[in-house]
Amino acid sequence: MKKLFTPLLLIVAAMFAYAPVMIANAPYESSMGLVQKIFYFHVPSWFVMFTAVFICGIQSANFLFRRKPSADRIAVAAGELVVLFGLLGLVTGPLWGRKAWGVWWQWDARLTMALLLELIFIGYLLVRKYGGPGSEKLAAAMAIFGMANVPFVYVSVNIWRTVHPKTTVVPSLVPGMFGAFWFSVLAFMLLFVLLLTLRVRLEHQRAALDELYLAEEDL
Amino acid sequence: MFARVALLVLKKDFAIEVKSREILYTTLFFAVSCVLVFAFALVRDGRAIDDAAAGILWIAIAFAGTLALGRTFERERYGETLRALLLAPAPRPAIYVGKLLGIVVLLLLAETILVPLVALLFQAAFFARPWLLAGLLVAGTIGFASVGTLFAAMLVRSRTRDVMLPILLYPITVPVIIAGVRGTSALLQPVPDEPAAAMWMALLVCFDVVFVTLALWTFEPLMTE
Repeated sequence: MKKLFTPLLLIVAAMFAYAPVMIANAPYESSMGLVQKIFYFHVPSWFVMFTAVFICGIQSANFLFRRKPSADRIAVAAGELVVLFGLLGLVTGPLWGRKAWGVWWQWDARLTMALLLELIFIGYLLVRKYGGPGSEKLAAAMAIFGMANVPFVYVSVNIWRTVHPKTTVVPSLVPGMFGAFWFSVLAFMLLFVLLLTLRVRLEHQRAALDELYLAEEDL
Repeated sequence: MFARVALLVLKKDFAIEVKSREILYTTLFFAVSCVLVFAFALVRDGRAIDDAAAGILWIAIAFAGTLALGRTFERERYGETLRALLLAPAPRPAIYVGKLLGIVVLLLLAETILVPLVALLFQAAFFARPWLLAGLLVAGTIGFASVGTLFAAMLVRSRTRDVMLPILLYPITVPVIIAGVRGTSALLQPVPDEPAAAMWMALLVCFDVVFVTLALWTFEPLMTE
């Protein structure tokens, strides 16, 4: 991964530089016009966020049951990225909503779910930071419960009511939008992989440093 | 063995509580204070706004539940008895079930006072369909307490437990609150909407099954030092 890092960084940088061009060239959506273009960054952020939620949850279970310290490092890196990409989605969503619905926020199924997931993972980070010794296990449980919560929040608020565009909007894209959309998704996913590996490496080095300190104290 | 251990833990908690009644009284008083605070916030010209009663009832349960959860384990920590409990040659999940039953019984006791009180103060027809309401309350209380008991037990060793419990508990248990409030307010309609209430109850039962299973599964590794 170390060797791949610099080329990957360059590719991601180039993709994000080129993405605005592709988005600008994509056809205008008939009813929403220019505001619809936020969709190319909004939806990929959520794709990445959900990927990160599942990585964090699964690695937390791995840490809890198999006691692998490396799993915990991946979990914390993914947990931070959930919050970051969730925040991106939560900022870009209202910008579109203000124009489409006339209000910044609606208590709608998807929005409530997104906000809750964001809160659960902010809670996860807070526990890790302020929970004191042994907080990794606590946080791991939080991540597992957070992941298990996804379907419930989804079902409970979905029956309640929804005004958010359905997921079927993605396959129904016109050909011109299709390319720009999947290009953005790929760019976001690569960025996620890049940030994740960077953050995991930092955690590994931190752990190695701690071990060295402990070894020196023993001398 | 499993059921016996769970019942013994429940009996132990119950014996302590019957002697002092500390948690029941404080929880109940706190819940009533919550109801009063909401009464001031949500009553206009002597009448509560529509649908307020269901929300107030469930918020009071959630807040009072957090208090009770914190106190139950604070007592174990103070007496340093949790370690003894964990050292006992008994299956760990059974200890969890015993603790969970204790919290559920306590909260249900508090609800028997809270429900008539909210019904009286907010002119809510809680007793139009008593069995459905009881079902919603029991399922909701188990769901809330199942997550709460696990987190409160884990937090016993943490220095910041008072802050961390609500931070962890509320986001995770929001589906319980949504289902509880929606189900209860379906019952409070001029014509009680029974199918809607039954549907929300089914969701609560699913939540209970998943979260009790997850808690039983994770209690052992979480409580191992």
